[in-house]
Amino acid sequence: MNEMYLKFLSRSENEVFARNVVAAFALPLSPTLSELDDVRTAVSEAVTNCIVHGYRGGEGWIELVCRTEGDLLHIEIADSGRGIADVEQALQPFYTTLPDEERSGMGFTIMQTFMTDFSVTSEAGRGTTVRMSKRLGAKAADDAR
Amino acid sequence: MRTQATRRGDSLYIYLTGELDEHTVAKARAEADAFIDGAAGMSRAVFNLAGVRFMDSTGIGFLIGRYRRLQKYGMTMCLEAPNAGADKILQISGLYALMPKI
Repeated sequence: MNEMYLKFLSRSENEVFARNVVAAFALPLSPTLSELDDVRTAVSEAVTNCIVHGYRGGEGWIELVCRTEGDLLHIEIADSGRGIADVEQALQPFYTTLPDEERSGMGFTIMQTFMTDFSVTSEAGRGTTVRMSKRLGAKAADDAR
Repeated sequence: MRTQATRRGDSLYIYLTGELDEHTVAKARAEADAFIDGAAGMSRAVFNLAGVRFMDSTGIGFLIGRYRRLQKYGMTMCLEAPNAGADKILQISGLYALMPKI
């Protein structure tokens, strides 16, 4: 088991930083390139949500926790921003609160599709936490058989 | 993120290079729109994604936005050469129904 914690400002240039940090942290689990792509994309979606929706472009802290457990990578990404009043609605594909900004409304759908497990907890006015995990190294395990 | 364009026949080819996310999208949007606005009379725009090393759903929003802009000019839109990661997102979001992969 390994674990890391990172706290960074909700600036868009930190998206590439966050997704590459998580990908680098996951490397000991021998992920396939496609699995790494999935993880990078899911992290990018979650961090985008913190920046665009949680803090609405303002500055705040984003906290990222990663933990490995066997071949599982757990990721937790949290902001202390506005929160989501109706999580059920936010999870619908193509649902967006900012239709005028060319938002696709696909962020949560992509996180759910690309990761093995996914959950979101939120409280209006307090912030949002996304937890997701993925089993990595599928191809390496196949090769070893 | 870099955006370049060439014309071949009645098609405008827009080449995107780099990582398309919340940080890079504004510049890509402005550059792509300048090429589209300068392409009056052409019939379609082909977005070549071969150089896009990464994109998330911000890229989906970007492509839908350009699609709508092209519609105003009566132009169609196609995508070509997405890498495996981009292709997966494009499929999941159903974007190929609006802008086929050629």
